[in-house]
Amino acid sequence: MSREPVAVVGIGQTHHAAARRDVSIAGLVREAALRALEDAALTWADIEAVVIGKAPDFFEGVMTPELYLAEALGAAGKPLTRVHTAGSVGGSTALVAADLVAARVHRTVLTVAFEKQSESNAMWGLSLPVPFQQPLLAGAGGFFAPHVRAYIRRTGAPSSTGTLVAYKDRRNALKNPYAHLHEHGITLEKVRSSPMLWDPVRYSETCPSSDGACAMVLTDRTGAARAPAPPAWLHGGAMRSEPTLFAGKDFVSPRAGRDCAADVYRQAGITDPRREIDAVEMYVPFSWYEPMWLENLGFAAEGDGWKLTEAGVTELDGALPVNPSGGVLSTNPIGASGMLRFAEAALQVRGRAGEHQVPDARRALGHAYGGGAQFFSMWLVAGSPPVT
Amino acid sequence: MTPPRDVAVVAYARTDHQGPAEGLSEAEALLPVLHDALAQAGLAPGEADFTCSGSSDYLAGRPFSFTLTLDAVGAWPPIAESHVEMDGAWALYEAWVKILTGRADTALVYAHGKPSAGDPRDVLTRTLDPYYVAPLWPEPASLAALQARALADAGHTGEPPGPTPGPPAVTDGAAAVVLAAGDAARRMCARPAWIRGADHRVEPHALGLRDLTDSPSTRLAAERAGAFRAPVDTAELHAPFAAQEAVLRRALRLDDTVTVNPSGDAAADPLMVTGLIRLGEAAARIHRGASDRALAHATSGPCLQHNLVAVLEGDA
Repeated sequence: MSREPVAVVGIGQTHHAAARRDVSIAGLVREAALRALEDAALTWADIEAVVIGKAPDFFEGVMTPELYLAEALGAAGKPLTRVHTAGSVGGSTALVAADLVAARVHRTVLTVAFEKQSESNAMWGLSLPVPFQQPLLAGAGGFFAPHVRAYIRRTGAPSSTGTLVAYKDRRNALKNPYAHLHEHGITLEKVRSSPMLWDPVRYSETCPSSDGACAMVLTDRTGAARAPAPPAWLHGGAMRSEPTLFAGKDFVSPRAGRDCAADVYRQAGITDPRREIDAVEMYVPFSWYEPMWLENLGFAAEGDGWKLTEAGVTELDGALPVNPSGGVLSTNPIGASGMLRFAEAALQVRGRAGEHQVPDARRALGHAYGGGAQFFSMWLVAGSPPVT
Repeated sequence: MTPPRDVAVVAYARTDHQGPAEGLSEAEALLPVLHDALAQAGLAPGEADFTCSGSSDYLAGRPFSFTLTLDAVGAWPPIAESHVEMDGAWALYEAWVKILTGRADTALVYAHGKPSAGDPRDVLTRTLDPYYVAPLWPEPASLAALQARALADAGHTGEPPGPTPGPPAVTDGAAAVVLAAGDAARRMCARPAWIRGADHRVEPHALGLRDLTDSPSTRLAAERAGAFRAPVDTAELHAPFAAQEAVLRRALRLDDTVTVNPSGDAAADPLMVTGLIRLGEAAARIHRGASDRALAHATSGPCLQHNLVAVLEGDA
């Protein structure tokens, strides 16, 4: 059966900060949504449905906040859906919204993701109470550092790789006016000498806690034809999940991630991602996840991901720029971080990424993951519409 | 809209006890329900093309509570899966849309709720406007009493409201549904419950901006779902408080010929699962030939803020 092609015609994000005390939660999501509507030259009345996502409600202390946000999102009288798939949620939310257009249930949909981490304490919000996990496993760093060590042991990657990723992403963020961290004096030495938090993850190799939101307007071919600026077209999108813990689970390169990428590439007709994809926005909350995901997503052979990073391939002017926006390492409103990856991929193929634009980016991948490296969502967008 | 594809509810199962499920984790409560629904459809764990669930971290009292229930699903090899932080009725809606895109022919939908982990009277106040309303900690029954008062004042209920209606029953549980398209549905079920339409609409959150005696979102969702194109013989309504049923009956234009909630009192079902149970019970009634055209309704938020309506039909 035929699916309606899905176009991204509006993209908006907030300025991100450790604490956006100048806005309420409603004000935060509205800031992103209004920028997306302005980009698409549309008004609230043009939106038929709203799909919103965020990570655990404990991060703000508001249960099912979409109910309270209905009016701020112009959703009164419309369908409003709330997605929560852990850290991958920003990506999943965009995909749920895209399905509404693809199935021709709605023509134009607003999708929003946010986190206002300053309302609460995300580290403890992330930590399950005893007896559901050990008392010293608080926060995400303690959970993921052992898997990074496993990667290093497995591949023999030099300790410089993690530092290089952080140095690159933080410099890319200097070109992104919306990024949370703008570390103007950053040097490789500063990253290398920053405090060790969870061996081998240093302070400067760790994502910040951010307040922020991202929004996109998705529409059908008719809507795309009316758009004032070139749209990004969805060529492939998928989600994959696997359990948190089980005998034989590969935390370094989870099969759910590999399967999800394979599904997206199949939908988009990609056979050689390294050559056919021009820019990647991947979810790298700790610097070492860049080489790990390069392998998981098929950009490098198993064990070779770190070699791309070391060779400068993933730099903004490299052959495969990774996280030109500065990535999660520079901006992390958790629930929105996945949508920011998806949105930045779309900005690249629309040629609207400003100073961090990758020249002639025709195809870009947006990637998000969450939970215990178990939930994955990805989309591949291009500047030209899919062949139907 | 008329759906571009025939999709049906082909299997349904739920936990059948009342009250807290002492000593059972959500995954443990869910496992037999999933087993039952999948067996009805003849599907192995992980075999459905798409899986979608609904639940709330706040009820469980821990973040990412839904991740642990994946253990009951059999998500290995990895599965295409999504989750809404809403009643499972909305998970069913997401799965229905997924099948409409053609990216899936079958879907497993489930919901779980363990409100006994806390006190829902307190917990549910956290869903209210965090700046102006939640600090007052108004429990659901107090808000429902405002609605009952408004209904009495408007003459929609025969008598003035009595004492504050009781709090929702604290029942833990789970439910699961299997959806399938076209021929797959016919293979799995002798009399599939075809989803002829489904839609949901939300209203403003602030009670002061709403007419609590009416439910325009329910009416609009019903219109969009095609509920008014032909009479239904059955309606499964999700009214957490008794007075709300009158609001829904009027919005849905249900007269005395319609059998309402033959499955029992929706207020006694587990939070986050109740809406999915309404859809499942309506479908099951069609499966066994007791209904030909049924309406199922789910609600969310204070005083019927957000409403979903689906219309299900059996083949003649």
